[in-house]
Amino acid sequence: MLAMIEANLPALQVVLPLIAAPLCAMLGTGRRAWAFATLVSFVAFAIAISLFIATMGGTIISYEMGGWAPPIGIEYRVDTLNAFVLVIVSGMAALVLPYARRIVDYEIPAERQVLFYTAFLLCLTGLLGVTITGDAFNVFVFLEISSLSTYALIASGAWRNKRALTASYNYLIMGTIGATFFVIGIGMLYMITGTLNMADLGEKIAAHGDSRTLRTGFVFILIGIGLKLAMFPLHLWLPNAYTFAPSAVTAFVAATATKVAVYVLLRFMFTIFGFDYAFQAATLENVVLPLAIVAMFAASLVAIFQDDLKRMLAYSSIAQIGYILLGLAFLTHTGLTASIVHLFNHAVTKGALFMVAGCFIYATGSSSITSLRGIGRDMPWTTAAFVISGFSLIGLPLTVGFISKWYLVQAAIELGWWPVALLIMGSSLLAIVYIWRVVEQAYLQPAPEGAVRREAPLSMLVPTWILVGLSVWFGVSATMTVGAASRAATSLISSSQIMWQ
Amino acid sequence: MSELVLDLEFIVGHYNYWMFVILMMTGLYVTVSRGNLVKKIVGLNIFQTSVFMLYISMGKIIGGTAPILIDDPDAVYSNPLPHVLILTAIVVGIATTALGLALVVRIRETYGTIEEDELLVLEHEMEFAEAVQGGGSR
Repeated sequence: MLAMIEANLPALQVVLPLIAAPLCAMLGTGRRAWAFATLVSFVAFAIAISLFIATMGGTIISYEMGGWAPPIGIEYRVDTLNAFVLVIVSGMAALVLPYARRIVDYEIPAERQVLFYTAFLLCLTGLLGVTITGDAFNVFVFLEISSLSTYALIASGAWRNKRALTASYNYLIMGTIGATFFVIGIGMLYMITGTLNMADLGEKIAAHGDSRTLRTGFVFILIGIGLKLAMFPLHLWLPNAYTFAPSAVTAFVAATATKVAVYVLLRFMFTIFGFDYAFQAATLENVVLPLAIVAMFAASLVAIFQDDLKRMLAYSSIAQIGYILLGLAFLTHTGLTASIVHLFNHAVTKGALFMVAGCFIYATGSSSITSLRGIGRDMPWTTAAFVISGFSLIGLPLTVGFISKWYLVQAAIELGWWPVALLIMGSSLLAIVYIWRVVEQAYLQPAPEGAVRREAPLSMLVPTWILVGLSVWFGVSATMTVGAASRAATSLISSSQIMWQ
Repeated sequence: MSELVLDLEFIVGHYNYWMFVILMMTGLYVTVSRGNLVKKIVGLNIFQTSVFMLYISMGKIIGGTAPILIDDPDAVYSNPLPHVLILTAIVVGIATTALGLALVVRIRETYGTIEEDELLVLEHEMEFAEAVQGGGSR
């Protein structure tokens, strides 16, 4: 029995939340649905951890869906990189769901909570599926499962602020355009190769050589995924979606959805197109690199002038995605390591910050920064969590943010790109400004008279502080995360076909 | 003269792909340019449908029949895989359209309009009211 479960772990990782979702819809009350969804997320996390441990030594688990051998059948392929991302996604779900109970009670009417948790499980299914699959078209299907449920989750913020509806609608339009571009790109690749299996695609494309169809396919995929991961000029859906979504959804989606999209980009760029595909290198250096730098500055600048805490953090997310893309655009092992480790570090940091924002909303009923005046005295634990995660966002030493920036700067220096290294440090200064604005309101301003604000409940504080603890723990001893990221970068580079000249 | 004929053959021979390009650009243009939320969804539908055409076209083999096994050993079949992929994509498209239209209904119920420019005005007013409220309690 145990051996059978172990052999089928890659399938269970996705199938478990998928089957749990309709069951969850039948549970009747929000409380029961919450307990069930939380339990499922814990099991999914355990599966991800065991896959992570199994692949740690560099073994690649290949699982044939339904017993059909790849490249004809759909293959689930787990290596160090996607096991790492699986841990991020399922781990965030396992932390956000316990956190969600109180804030969902507060933000979503009781009769709709069952459907809320169902959509949450579907979103988890989609994100895990995108990460684990080794089939290019399967990525699209899971991407749409996660996106469609995310649109519904964001729209459920409408009970608090009706602008969630238009935010969700705009995200739906842009997300669908992105997904369709992605399918067109896959179509181009299929035209050349006649296969959809990623490893097989990589081999056949390397044998096929460069062509106009391949370049067109590459650009379509880059733009399509760029829309999903909010690459700088394609980020317009993100601020409103994050601002008006229910707090638990923002914390989960901000920490995972864009990360999974980055993973897809990495997978396509390296496993499928190949590490040294010249057209890709030129695109990264001439298009993605400047855009990433612009994102770091423009989005941080805009974040400084926001009056809403969640919107400020959303803009900061766009800037952080800039860092991730920057590491990718270096096209070196160190750069990739920095990108991958920042996937984890940013998920932990931004997850904690959005959870803090949720605690503030729970206590004050508002997410505007002015409503936080003097809150440091009323909610010391929540505010302290904000300050420490804020340090991590800036990149101060002893936090995970520092580790990411350290490797990014190191990658820039390795290439001799001093200006880029200076720009990375310069953009951190902007983060100090917008974090300071909140800290100033929270600690240095007097509380408005007659304000009754109680510390957030324990069920919300504990998950928040677990994330804060992680961001300090892995900031002090980064061997584990950096080691995993470095192994993942190695496996990415070795998975690409070095036949390009 | 012969070059012109060749070009014509190229153009006519890729009829499906020209239609794909035209439909795709039409759909994208409608989605981006229309202010009416329902029309945007229609544009999105046209855009997605064009991709179905691209996939089906590349699965077609000249002289090939429908991919159903027949007794003739020399039979040439069209590639069935793109059809299957597109079946999945159609399902995704329907789900997207349904969700999009459901959102439009809710937007109509809460805002009373589905014109994008009117929605923008309403949202600006809401934002302004929030800012005044926040400033007022200072």
